[in-house]
Amino acid sequence: MSGQATTRGRTVPTQTTKSTYWQGVRDGAPFILVIVPFSLLFGVVATEAGLNMLETMSFSVLVIAGAAQFTALQLLTDGAPTLIALVSALAVNLRMAMYSASLTPWIGEATLGQRAVAAYFTVDQSYACAITAFERNPGWSITQRLAYFFGVVTPICPLWYLFTFIGALVGTSIPQGLALDFALPITFLAMIGPMLRTPAHVLAALISVVTALVFAFLPYNLGLLVAGVVGMMTGAQAELWLEQRKAARQ
Amino acid sequence: MNIETADLWFVIIGLGLGSFGLRFVFTGLVGNRPLPPWLLRHLRYTAVAVLPGLVAPLVVWPAATGDSLDAPRMAAALVTLAAGYFLRNVIAAIVLGGVTLYGGLALLG
Repeated sequence: MSGQATTRGRTVPTQTTKSTYWQGVRDGAPFILVIVPFSLLFGVVATEAGLNMLETMSFSVLVIAGAAQFTALQLLTDGAPTLIALVSALAVNLRMAMYSASLTPWIGEATLGQRAVAAYFTVDQSYACAITAFERNPGWSITQRLAYFFGVVTPICPLWYLFTFIGALVGTSIPQGLALDFALPITFLAMIGPMLRTPAHVLAALISVVTALVFAFLPYNLGLLVAGVVGMMTGAQAELWLEQRKAARQ
Repeated sequence: MNIETADLWFVIIGLGLGSFGLRFVFTGLVGNRPLPPWLLRHLRYTAVAVLPGLVAPLVVWPAATGDSLDAPRMAAALVTLAAGYFLRNVIAAIVLGGVTLYGGLALLG
C-alpha cells in the first residue's frame, strides 16, 4: 500500500494490515510490566486460598480480568454466599460493557466470529490502546483495526495465563508470616488510585467507602452491593452536576 | 476457610460466562445502535463504586489482626492509595505499599 494519510496535522504513511498489527504489539508491550506481577499474585493468592492448578488456571483463562478474579476469590475466602460473590465480581466487570459499547462503532462491521474473539480479549489494556489508536487513525480499515487490536493482545494475554500458572506453582512454597493477607487490599488500592481521574470519580469512591463501612453489618456481604449501587449513582449525579455548572459558567 | 469445590466452579464458570456476556453485549448484539446516556454515565463509575467499597472493610477491620485496626496495614493502605493517585502507576504503588507494610510490621510488630 502507498499514499499518505493525515492524522492530527501529522502526515503518516498509509499503513498495511501487517504494520498495524506490529504497532499494536509495540503499544501493548509496556503493559507486560503490569500483567506479569498481577497474574503472578493471582496465582499465589489463589493457591494460598486452597485452589488447585486447574481451578486457578480456569479462573484466569475463562474470566481474564484481574480485579474481578480477585474480588470473587476474596469474597469466597470470606465465606460469602456464592451468588453474592458472583454478582459482586460481575459488578466489578461492568466496565467491560462500557468498553464494548465504546468499541462497537469501530469494529461493529467485523464478522460475528471476529467480534466474539475480540470481545473475549477486551481487557483494560487492549481497550485503552485500541480506542486511542482508532480515534487517532480514523482512516484504518476494519481489517487494520482488528489487526491492531489483536496486536495489543499478543504480548498481554498469553503472559496473563503463563504467570498465573507460575504463581500457582510457587504459591505453596511462599512462607507464612509474609502478611500476604494484605497483598490483595494493596493491589486493589493501587488500581483505584489511577482510576480517580475526575472529582466525580473521587466522590463515587468516597461514598462507596462510607456506605460499605456503614452497611458492613448486613449479612452476605450485601453491604458491598449497596455501596456499589450508591457509588455509581453518586458518580453519575456528580458528573451531571459538574457539567451543568460548567455549562452555566460559559 | 476452605471454599466448597462446587461453589468455586459455580463462580468460575458463572463469572467467565458473565464477563464474556458483558464484553459481547454491545459489540456483538447491540451493533451500532446508540445507548442511552444515563446508562453510559452509570457504567463509567462501576469500578470506582465497587472496588473502594470492597477494600474499605479489609483495611479498617483486617482479619489477620482479629478485625481490629492495625497501624502498619492502615499506613500501607494510605501510602498505596496516595502513590497510585499521584504517580498513576499501579506497580510503583504496590511496591511502595509493600515497603510501608513490611517497614511498619518490622518497627511495630
